[in-house]
Amino acid sequence: MSNFASLTRTRILLALRNKMFFFFSVIFPLGMFFLYAGIFARSNPRAVSYFLGPVIAFNVMGSFWGLSATLVMFREQGILRRFHVTPVTATDMLASSLLANYVLTLPTVSIEVFLARFIFHVPSLGNLFSLAVLVTVGTVSFGSLGLVVASVTNTMQETQVLNQIIWLPLIFLSGATFPLAYLPNSVQHFGLFLPATYLVTALQSALYQSFSVSQLLVQILALATWAVLTFFVAAQLFRWEPEARIPRNAKLWALATALPFLLLGAWENTNGDILKQAQTAFHSLERPANSDQPSRTVQ
Amino acid sequence: MVRATNMANPILQVENLVKRYGDVEAVRGVSFNVEEGEVFGLLGPNGAGKTTTVEILEGLRDPDGGRVSVCGLNPQRESEALKHEIGAALQSTSLPDKLRVMEALRLFASFYKRGRKPEELLKRFGLEEKRNTFYNQLSGGQKQRLALAMALVNDPKVVFLDEPTAGLDPQVRREIYDVIEELRREKKTILMTTHYIEEAERLCDRVAIVDFGKVIALGTPRELKAHSGGATRIEVCLSKPESNGALKNLEGVADAREVDGAYVLHSKRPPQTIVSLVKHLEASGNELVSLEIATPSLEDVFIEMTGRRLRD
Repeated sequence: MSNFASLTRTRILLALRNKMFFFFSVIFPLGMFFLYAGIFARSNPRAVSYFLGPVIAFNVMGSFWGLSATLVMFREQGILRRFHVTPVTATDMLASSLLANYVLTLPTVSIEVFLARFIFHVPSLGNLFSLAVLVTVGTVSFGSLGLVVASVTNTMQETQVLNQIIWLPLIFLSGATFPLAYLPNSVQHFGLFLPATYLVTALQSALYQSFSVSQLLVQILALATWAVLTFFVAAQLFRWEPEARIPRNAKLWALATALPFLLLGAWENTNGDILKQAQTAFHSLERPANSDQPSRTVQ
Repeated sequence: MVRATNMANPILQVENLVKRYGDVEAVRGVSFNVEEGEVFGLLGPNGAGKTTTVEILEGLRDPDGGRVSVCGLNPQRESEALKHEIGAALQSTSLPDKLRVMEALRLFASFYKRGRKPEELLKRFGLEEKRNTFYNQLSGGQKQRLALAMALVNDPKVVFLDEPTAGLDPQVRREIYDVIEELRREKKTILMTTHYIEEAERLCDRVAIVDFGKVIALGTPRELKAHSGGATRIEVCLSKPESNGALKNLEGVADAREVDGAYVLHSKRPPQTIVSLVKHLEASGNELVSLEIATPSLEDVFIEMTGRRLRD
């Protein structure tokens, strides 16, 4: 078995034995699901379908918490050092944690989709192939972001602080918590600079409006490019030793990961139609197609 | 000087090694060779540069000067090839809490082209009963035995043991000694670091005494002790306090000190010293509570060369 494969297997095994993993990767996302589907969407199938994308985006983006925390813990406890004297490479280490995280995210996403269809009777699940592609680029890219966070922080405390700083705008300004079109106009435009916005809107379009991969090409390519870039930066900044210093140019490297979405955001703000799509979806929810209750769903 | 005839093709070569951390020179020109099948010890106090030296040989750190070669490879430039040839039990390392013993061995075995059967290593290190135990439920001694087993998982040519018994209680330490002695009988090449005299004397074929980043003495434990012309240590407890001066004047005594309520004498002629000690005590109405005689150890060598004790 290759180093990569055996490490991936071990990482999955370890996660399944970890109570924190169950809380953050199973209980918490499903709790979010029921909060949105049952309470905000009042079990209205169309509204559930509308919120399913953001709920799955939550789940997918959450990847970076677990990945950063585990990597920092492994480094702090000297576990990475032990791997360093073996033929295992930094890429083996990082890629295996991404794949393990991906494999572990799929069941929760599947459960959410299943519950939406069979408990909340969402009439159509939209485009499931688009969903699969988005979940893949989403977990890999946000997971890589976690690996970068792990490399630019020294202690678990620093990691958690930086995670919070990244997490809050990602969930509040991207449409993951409140629909993008519901946010103040200036915030909507700012949201276009965040990777999360593209994941949230694309997942929503795939599930609620059955967008195909070709209709979501901008978001998918942007997230894929970002995934490659963040993974590359994470590999560059990777440190095995707890006392190894953060390279001086690390902050610059880390900032470089923001570049693709700064460019895309600038373009989308002037020429793009992603914001328009999000607004259309939001307003279609307010004008019920054939259901009797208008669902003014947001808090 | 020592064993110059065997130095034809050492498996481990260190020449004038230098390593700095900022302004601090941790290793200041260390040189030594290790022969195939030899157990070589780096003995010295904490912070002497032993671990840094070993970590450079393992390819974990880059040196700032000098030349090292392990199995004919350069640990920095040929680190990938090197890692298949070496095994290591590191200091301050750990494994994930919820990894079971057997899983750890299997995982690490999967990284190498060559290897020993994990099953066989379990048996050998007395971990069979613990095969399904989580790492965080192992005792200190069991963790260390697992670390040694893991160091052998690829049947390495050179094994690095960095402070293999640090922090273990004496009984567990002896257990680990037995394991290392077995490796020695198997003619494994081992480079170990330690700050325990007993360990170096008992396990090592040759020892380099390291202090402040330099090798200050090198040879077999016997040679080192002979070179120092070591005095026997006599440790006594008395019923009443006695002045150091009086004890110093006893026959054959080189120096006398009070350490934690006991008196430590160094003597070149122990029998005479003891006779004159007993006479002196009788005359002054004092009594001997206990008496201990220790043959010269590497500790005494270290004290002689540096004026300091090895462990404080």
